[in-house]
Amino acid sequence: MNNFLYSKATDINQAISQIIDGQNNKFIAGGTNINDLLKYFITKADKLVDINSIKDNHDITKINNGGIRIGALVTNADTAYHPIIEERYPLLSKAILAGASAQIRNMATNGGNILQRTRCYYFYDNKTPCNKREPGSGCSALGGYNRIHAILGHSENCIAVFPSDMCVALAALEATINISGSEGERTIDFADFHKLPDETPEIDNNLRKGEIITSIDLPEKGFQNNYSYLKLRDRSSYSFALVSVATGLIIENGTITEARIALGGVAHKPWRVPKAEDFLKGKEPTAINFVAAADLILEGAFGFEHNKFKIELAKKAIVRNSLMALEPEKQRAGAKPSL
Amino acid sequence: MNKQPFTGKPLSRLEGHQKVTGSAKYAGEYEAEDLLYGYVVNSTITKGKIISIDKSEANKLEGIVEIFTHENRPSTGWFDFQYADMDAPPGTVFKPLKDNDIKYNGQPIALVVATTFEMARYAAYLIKVTYKEEEFTTDLKANYKLAREPKKGLASMLKPPPPKPTGDFEKAYKTSFVHHEGIFNHGTENHNPLEMFATTVIYEGKNKLKIYDKTQGTINSQLYVANVFGLKMKNVQVIAPFVGGAFGSGLRPQYQLFMAVMASLKLKRNVRVTLDRAQMYTFGHRPPTLQYTKFGANANGKVNAINHKAIGETSQFEDYVEVVVNWSAMLYPAENTLLEHKLVPLDVYTPLDMRAPGGSTGMHAIEITMDELAYQLNLDPLELRLINYSEIDKTTGKEYSSKELRACYLKGAEKFGWKERNPKPLSMKRGNKLVGYGMATGIWDANRLLARAQAIMTSDGKVTIKSAVTDIGTGTLTVMTQIAADELGLSIEDVTFLYADSKMPFAPIQGGSFTVATVGPAVKAACKALNKKIFKKAKKIEGSPLEKVKFEEVTFSDGCIIVTNDPKLKCTVQDVFKTNDGKEIKTTNTSMPNPLQYRKKARAVHSAVFVEVEVDETLGIIEVKRAVTAVAAGKIINPKTAESQILGGMIWGIGKALHEETITDHRFGKYMNANLAEYHIPVHADIPELGVLFVDEQDDFVNDLGVKGIGEIGIVGMAPAISNAIFHATGKRINDLPIHFDKLL
Repeated sequence: MNNFLYSKATDINQAISQIIDGQNNKFIAGGTNINDLLKYFITKADKLVDINSIKDNHDITKINNGGIRIGALVTNADTAYHPIIEERYPLLSKAILAGASAQIRNMATNGGNILQRTRCYYFYDNKTPCNKREPGSGCSALGGYNRIHAILGHSENCIAVFPSDMCVALAALEATINISGSEGERTIDFADFHKLPDETPEIDNNLRKGEIITSIDLPEKGFQNNYSYLKLRDRSSYSFALVSVATGLIIENGTITEARIALGGVAHKPWRVPKAEDFLKGKEPTAINFVAAADLILEGAFGFEHNKFKIELAKKAIVRNSLMALEPEKQRAGAKPSL
Repeated sequence: MNKQPFTGKPLSRLEGHQKVTGSAKYAGEYEAEDLLYGYVVNSTITKGKIISIDKSEANKLEGIVEIFTHENRPSTGWFDFQYADMDAPPGTVFKPLKDNDIKYNGQPIALVVATTFEMARYAAYLIKVTYKEEEFTTDLKANYKLAREPKKGLASMLKPPPPKPTGDFEKAYKTSFVHHEGIFNHGTENHNPLEMFATTVIYEGKNKLKIYDKTQGTINSQLYVANVFGLKMKNVQVIAPFVGGAFGSGLRPQYQLFMAVMASLKLKRNVRVTLDRAQMYTFGHRPPTLQYTKFGANANGKVNAINHKAIGETSQFEDYVEVVVNWSAMLYPAENTLLEHKLVPLDVYTPLDMRAPGGSTGMHAIEITMDELAYQLNLDPLELRLINYSEIDKTTGKEYSSKELRACYLKGAEKFGWKERNPKPLSMKRGNKLVGYGMATGIWDANRLLARAQAIMTSDGKVTIKSAVTDIGTGTLTVMTQIAADELGLSIEDVTFLYADSKMPFAPIQGGSFTVATVGPAVKAACKALNKKIFKKAKKIEGSPLEKVKFEEVTFSDGCIIVTNDPKLKCTVQDVFKTNDGKEIKTTNTSMPNPLQYRKKARAVHSAVFVEVEVDETLGIIEVKRAVTAVAAGKIINPKTAESQILGGMIWGIGKALHEETITDHRFGKYMNANLAEYHIPVHADIPELGVLFVDEQDDFVNDLGVKGIGEIGIVGMAPAISNAIFHATGKRINDLPIHFDKLL
């Protein structure tokens, strides 16, 4: 890679001031994605701002509204195995543990997970056209090998998917993301954080220049009684989801009073359809109702040469995972299908 | 007393400690003074000409020593034969940096040499190449009509072309009681050894090099370097004591060797060239292959008509051939056969032998077709194999030197619990999982070539054995030490096997499952010759108790020569060394099969594979739950390293069946998943309980150790057994590889 500057920030303000003084400055925390991007010249950095030494944001703490605040610099592994997360937000724990490998989860931070780039083959090959890497050059995946690509929310400019597992659970849990920037602090609802490719596939999310994720808040509701994460992929571990589903249900007296269903591996962001979740409210947790909800979630889905199967697969996965959520104790390691 | 025999015992690898502690050094890890680092630039187009190469930006960087391209490379050998290696197929060998012609995507077109690897890599990125692109084609399926006969060459010796047709296939097929026709298709696969290809060249003075190379043949690399660069053989030493997996990829010298040697000779410096993971996909691969089968059987299950046709990919410059279609007639004695193997030249690099080349490809089609016949005949698939069991190889009419496949079938089935299988597809369930049992046969050649070995005893009574052979992780070091210790009557500690150095006695490339059968007898012969030499000297000692004793009448044990029937009569090697002024005693010997005798019998190893899968009824997710492989491969010198070979093959077979594919985008003519995140091989979570058993197989014909070879057989039957199990579970027949679970939705 090219020579670059390296600076170390010890607090958030330093981090912000060190990042805004150049066009091509990048943060580095766990480095599990940015190092690859730099080595293969997918991303260029003039300066790397190392945020690992920032004193804050390394903890998981209770907050006033009954929820939990997870520091952006907490590693994926420490998050997944944290007693509060395991007890109150097992959906998040399971989703994190379905991703990457133990070694990567030990390095990767929560902030970095949210900001990871797509795994589209063409994005990672800087000899082929890719609008996300080089705006205006075209989308090679559209007419290429698109098994791992989007069936929902894509545009003619980009059919890449967002690869995170953790974020699928965060979407279902309706987390909020706390951000600091040169213009102060703000909070974004998880659903609004990532964006669809539309005309600007080179932009993955709504983080502004000079902003940094400081923490993630989880509301009180953790769906710890009825939850499930299901990940369908080409091998049992260390591969990205073709389709994944995070489901949380609240069931009172045999009736669903609240439902959350988020899909991963199918779009440029974790995919939720409030209409489908509303549909389930007040209904019995039966396969028939889940099938109807699945149809609503996949409304408008459109597949390409090699990924049409994902539409049917996603529907079946939603139904299965909803049923799995009724018996969470039967979940298997690696978010494999159970029952 | 030591514990002879060592052969047959499950000794742990002698170099295991070095490997797991990281002290084992690989080709790209040797330090050298003022070492320079090379990074290769690869073409980004698939076919055409280089118009210009702009190095100006790259040259501005600090620490760039030289940038070699076709325009400024030093002169190297002119003739094809100078570039031909021991595994070169017929054709015109690829010559790196020869000219501005681009023959395939990723072709090496320049070498940046710098004082650090990172700088060399960055400079490589800054080099701007202008091309004139030409039309190309890389799609086998789209070009199958171009299939033609392969050229014949030296390679045909170990890879015989299909036998001539026998009987009248068409007629027999039409009148068969049952028939089945299948089309099979698998894409490109890459070897993906964990260790990257690397070469460290130590410049030892004018035209004299010591080379640490990642290779499966030290002498193969030595020959290549000497011929291409016009050096004397004695001035080229190639060393490769540790090889971090190769699986066939090291059977030919790869381009990093050429590049590192070129730079070292020109710059008169020590140079290392290491490829990165993406570059590991820019040389040989397992070729995509299309196969067609048509098998017919009569009412009692006898297969009487076999047609197996394969169309494989090759490059535009060499005809890579593997044995894909011969196996069915070697296993099943049908009277009417039509076996064909053709090639389609495409704009890719030449394919390269990859574990069980051709065998794992062909047997996949054969064993699925047999499975289909079994269902049609309402026969147990195992029963069908037994009905068609043959003691002769029908392609040559020769009797097998040994063949305990029947025992593999029976013992494997028993260990697996095959009789629990309900013959009907979709009949076995566990919760919402469909359960399937499948089986398949495996077969691979048992070959032997020429090798030499040296045995040296020093005055302390310890023996060193030398051979140029490599140990590609198979356990060669351990196994050769066992063979030598037994022949010499010494303990393992008193025998040192030195290897993987081209200065040592000749050994061929390490592949084809022939290493133990080739080098083992040479080691044994050298040890025996050493014993004889010592014995002769012992007889000459004044008042020797062995004076009137014949060599056949003594036993060597722990440094003593003992008369077998009268152990009181003995002599020690110390006594011998006293009369020899303490000088070492040594001998070098050649061992090879008797060419007249050797071809009189057919020689093969066999396996029977049994697999259980679970398939999620609605989601299609496939899990291999357990597998058993029973192997007949002659004498097993080391059951522990042998079992590891079979386990490795079985795991690879799971990958071949369910995971592995090099994805080609034919619009660009390039591989899109050239990394281990997207090129899927099995991970721990994919591997269930695997059972291996070796059945007894006595074979006095193959060589005097009775050993065959076990490097490839483990993978051969695995993928078809999994396919057959999936059919049994789901009623869905998926012929293409890998089997993606969405095909079962």
